[in-house]
Amino acid sequence: MNASGRASLGWWLLLLPAVALVLFFYVAPIVQVLTISFTEPEPGLGNYERLLTSEGVQRVIFTTLRICLLTTFFALLLGYAIAYAITLASPRARSWWILAVLVPLWISVLVRAFAWVTLLRRQGLVNNTLMQAGVISEPLPLVWNEFGILVGMVHYMVPFAVLPMLASMREIEPRLLAAARGLGASRGQVFRQVFLPLSMPGVIAAGVLVFIFSLGFYITPAILGGGRTLMVAEWIALQILDLIRWGLGTMMATMLVVAIMVTLLVFSRVVDLRRMFGSGGG
Amino acid sequence: MKGHALSLRRLTKRYGDFTAVDDVSLEVEQGQFLTLLGPSGSGKTTILMAVAGFVEPTDGHVLLDGRDITPLPPEKRDFGMVFQGYALFPHMSVADNVAFPLRVRGQSRADREAKVRAALDLVQLSAFAERLPKQLSGGQQQRVALARALVFDPNLLLLDEPLSALDKKLRAELQEELKALHRRIGRTFVNVTHDQEEALSLSDRIAILNHGKLVQFGGPGELYERPRTRFVADFLGKSNFLQGIARGPDAAGMLLETPGQGIHVRFAGPVHMPRDGGRALLSLRPEKITVLNPGETAENVVEGTVRAFAYLGAGFSLVVETAHLGEIRAVLPAWQSPVAPAEGLPVRLGWAADAAVPVEEDAA
Repeated sequence: MNASGRASLGWWLLLLPAVALVLFFYVAPIVQVLTISFTEPEPGLGNYERLLTSEGVQRVIFTTLRICLLTTFFALLLGYAIAYAITLASPRARSWWILAVLVPLWISVLVRAFAWVTLLRRQGLVNNTLMQAGVISEPLPLVWNEFGILVGMVHYMVPFAVLPMLASMREIEPRLLAAARGLGASRGQVFRQVFLPLSMPGVIAAGVLVFIFSLGFYITPAILGGGRTLMVAEWIALQILDLIRWGLGTMMATMLVVAIMVTLLVFSRVVDLRRMFGSGGG
Repeated sequence: MKGHALSLRRLTKRYGDFTAVDDVSLEVEQGQFLTLLGPSGSGKTTILMAVAGFVEPTDGHVLLDGRDITPLPPEKRDFGMVFQGYALFPHMSVADNVAFPLRVRGQSRADREAKVRAALDLVQLSAFAERLPKQLSGGQQQRVALARALVFDPNLLLLDEPLSALDKKLRAELQEELKALHRRIGRTFVNVTHDQEEALSLSDRIAILNHGKLVQFGGPGELYERPRTRFVADFLGKSNFLQGIARGPDAAGMLLETPGQGIHVRFAGPVHMPRDGGRALLSLRPEKITVLNPGETAENVVEGTVRAFAYLGAGFSLVVETAHLGEIRAVLPAWQSPVAPAEGLPVRLGWAADAAVPVEEDAA
């Protein structure tokens, strides 16, 4: 073996631990999940047939899609407003804004879910305040339903929506906005015709990120849904841990992975994924 | 009437303690090409931005045809602007970029298409209408920016260092195009640059700025031939400075008394006249000095030795060490040089009495 061959073998050896780690902790379990979904309780496509026949399975999927799409929509809406404000803020104010966006990320998702429960439950702060103010006479059903899940998930997702959009907005040259005004565009026209189109790559990236993240959400829907509104992740846990229906659970897990792959595949044709998740591209 | 007249009245802009523009007043007649010329930090861009409406003056007014437009926001002024780096919209085609000012004014599609075509014809870019800006060269982008700034028949065309990003040859080409364009459409142009050659070749009027103050305002020839201060003489072209005592200044001329000799000065036009017996400073352009043949004479003659020289192709640049006047730079056409210059060569320099003009020292 020549010298360069030895050198490149050395590099491969250095990669080995990482490859082993990925194989052992990611690839092997996923392959196992895939296998179980085709073999339990009996070999065949029986579990996948349920996708077409079982109303319960279909309901879980549609509930999940609906909640994820709504979460993505509202997270993008709020996130866009925040990212826009940060972009326009002075450098000092900007760092405070970014801190305010990031701090929630450091708080456990569990804590945040329970915090929303205390705010939104029947005797919670929101209902009590509204009742004392005489706006409502009965407590509103704000939690343990889809609405509660949506509130918790949007709250969790907003930072993930803000960051890609902020990155994209900060790449927009301020001179372009000044040029647009100098050429006769009102502030509204500058926003609609220059700023918004130029920030679209960030919006798409944020949308994909939030949507994919939402698909597999477990803790927030489990706590704020109160077991009445089931999303895919909780449904899988229920099948495997409580009902011991490994086949069905792993089938849904496989579908989840497939859904994420398909989403990524579709959008990789529209946007540069590497750039979207912050590696390379510039 | 196509062009519009622009006036600045006592325009001042302060940022905290820093005065970016200090009490600048000037008038541009309709159809003129005005250049704001100065080193970086001289306030020239701030003035342009105040004219455009992006900078709100601390004091003073901007008038268009005598109407005060100071309170108007930029989008209400109808000024075409070519930004530094062009600021073309990267997500729009060339045609859409040019159509932008028409679209935001709510013009119909048919009107837009006709005007965009005419504007692109004007800058000879019709073939590139469907390209994106990044697919064009720097010079082409520059022309798109021009077309975009002119397509809506603006009251004024403002240019912020429009040629600074281009290489030297392209810059010269576009200078000519810009000048021809100005002639053809007869609009009032306001250009900002730090390039004195660009200012001299393009402008009808030049405003020279330094530290936020208007140092001198006039036509290019007037400014070059009769600079008012040392700064103007130095910034607009190159200049030798001769110091001495003014003797007997009157309307016709004066004598500058220096340690070794008197220098005759004849005033060719109105100049800043030094006080009799006071210190005076003369500006003498290098190209107005000749090397004298033996026996030849001139109104002013100084002897010295060549300390350095450079061959410039078309001519020679000499640095001549003199006994009493210090170093004097001369630039002379190669064919006019009586001797091939060499270091240490004794030479006699001569210049006419009207070649030098008295200038003021700039206030610190």
